[in-house]
This record gives sequence, structure tokens and C-alpha cells, in this order.
Amino acid sequence: MNKINREKISELVFNCIKNFQEEYEQVIDFSEGEQTRLFGGNGQLDSLGLVSLVVNIEEDIESDLGISVILADERAMSRRSSPFSRIGNLIDYIEELVSK
Amino acid sequence: MKKNQIVLITGSRKGIGRHLSEYFLALGKQVIGCSRSESDLDNEYYTHFCLDVTDEVAVKEMFSQIRKDYGRIDVLINNAGIASMNHFLLTPLNTVEKIFMTNFNGTFLCSREASKLMRKNKNGRIINFSSVAVALNLEGEAIYAASKCAVEQLSKVMSKELGGLGITVNCVAPTPIDTDLIKAVPKNKIEELISNQSIKRMGLFEDVINVIEFFMDEKSSFISGQTLYLGGIIK
Repeated sequence: MNKINREKISELVFNCIKNFQEEYEQVIDFSEGEQTRLFGGNGQLDSLGLVSLVVNIEEDIESDLGISVILADERAMSRRSSPFSRIGNLIDYIEELVSK
Repeated sequence: MKKNQIVLITGSRKGIGRHLSEYFLALGKQVIGCSRSESDLDNEYYTHFCLDVTDEVAVKEMFSQIRKDYGRIDVLINNAGIASMNHFLLTPLNTVEKIFMTNFNGTFLCSREASKLMRKNKNGRIINFSSVAVALNLEGEAIYAASKCAVEQLSKVMSKELGGLGITVNCVAPTPIDTDLIKAVPKNKIEELISNQSIKRMGLFEDVINVIEFFMDEKSSFISGQTLYLGGIIK
């Protein structure tokens, strides 16, 4: 399998979050780029919002990259720094998952 | 009930699953079925997937294919199930694992993946199978009843978590029906079980279909987290 570069994953994640705003019925402020907080302290998503976004990203990864992943697995949950806290952390985590 | 509904039925090769498949096909619905073996059900509106509902990769692949082919699922009927009658003291651990894997894990996996599809349309019906064995605390069915009790509990919490997504989750709890599931159960045990019912007869496929249609009905959108026991069994 060809290694999927971070840039492509980043584009996918940002596009997915942009599209998600309509479904979430709230505007997400991206001004901090990859440092944008998603979930947890000062995060812009509530728990149901995070669940929906994670599922959307899993679907986009499958349809765009042809890889089936479960983002909210035990590894993700047991990390000291949550992959869902900031957009950059999420991109890093996806890169790690899809490169395996 | 909408005609063009897409209905996924697990364990569709035989027994209740087969009857449900044929019934909904006759109503003009698109039926997707799955079982561990190939199906001989031949109908242009029937699609069969050969898989084990406990295999996460295979289940995800089936839903991925359904997403590509149909783009949605309206109803999921988690019918696939196994039973084993044994005294608690004589029950091997691998029997416990097999029963829980199919009855509970299979229901969990299919429900999780189906919900991901259903949430897009803010509409979906998940119908799980419990059993009167839960309410009657049947001797010899400790593990089977525990697995079905787990399905009921899962359904209750799922109904809360999925309610906001327009998905209802309910259970039907049939009495014994003449299928392979109970063929190994001694006749006197079945008679004893029926004697505990308010309505003392074997269950029919039609009894189960009636409840499932009720849960599927558009007018049942306000009903979730419930288990309906057949035969007048009171929990």
C-alpha cells in the first residue's frame, strides 16, 4: 500500500469538518488551523457532535482513501493526549492508523 | 408502511430470518440478508452476504458495500442467534463465548454499523431479538437468557443514544417457535415453558412478523427502548 501523506489527510479532515458544520448547525472557528480545539477543554464540539464527526471522517477515509478504520478505538481512548482534542492531533492519529 | 424500504435481516438463510425475508419481499421491499452459509433464496430484490456477524471486518465490509449500492438502510432486524441448553455447572466456557459472540456481539456490531448509515436520513428502525427465556428465568438456559438480557439492556441504552438521530431501537421476545433453534430442546421442556405463558400455544412466524411490522411502522416513531414479549409473558 502506498503511504498516504499527511497533506492529503489534512485536506480530508478540514474538508470533512467544513462540511460537517451544516449537519452540526453551528459554525466552527478554524482560525487557529491545526491548533483548533475540537473536543474537551474549550472544544467546539459536544459529545454527540464529536461522535457524528468521527463517523463522517471514518466514512470519508473509506470512500476517498479506500481504507476502513475505526478512529475511536482503545488506543485512541487510552492516550494521554486525546486525538480528538485538536485538529492537528486528529490528523496525526489518522496518519498513524492508515500507515500501518 | 413504506413499500420501498431497505430491510437488512441477519441470519436470513433459515428459520424466522428466512420467513421475514420472504414476507418483506412479497411486500415489495428491498431485502438484504446475511448468514454464514449461502442462501438459496432467489429474488431480484434480495441480496445475500455470506458472513459471520461476529466478524468485525466482514460486517464493516458488508455495510460499506450497502453504502455504495443503496446509500441507506431503513430497517435492521438483528435476527441471527444461537442457543444451547445446558446445566450451568456443565456449561463449557467456549459455549458461553460462542453464544455471547453471536447473540450479543453480532447484534452490537450490526447495530453500530447500521446506525452510521441510518443517521444520515435521521430515520431508522433497529429491531433486536430477545426471548421469553429472559422473563421466565428458564433453568438450563442461563447463558442463552443472559445473552438475550444483554441484548435488551444494549437496546435500552442505544435507544437513548440514538433517539436524537431519529433511530428507534426495540426488541421482540418470541416464545418457542418451530425452528432449528429449539429442535434440540426436549419436548417436555417446551411444554413446561408454554405452560408459563398466558396464551398457551407455540408461537408462529406470523406472531413475530406482526410485532416487527409494528416497530417498523412510520406511526411507531415514538416507540423506542421497549421489549415486547409474546404469548402474554409478563416480565
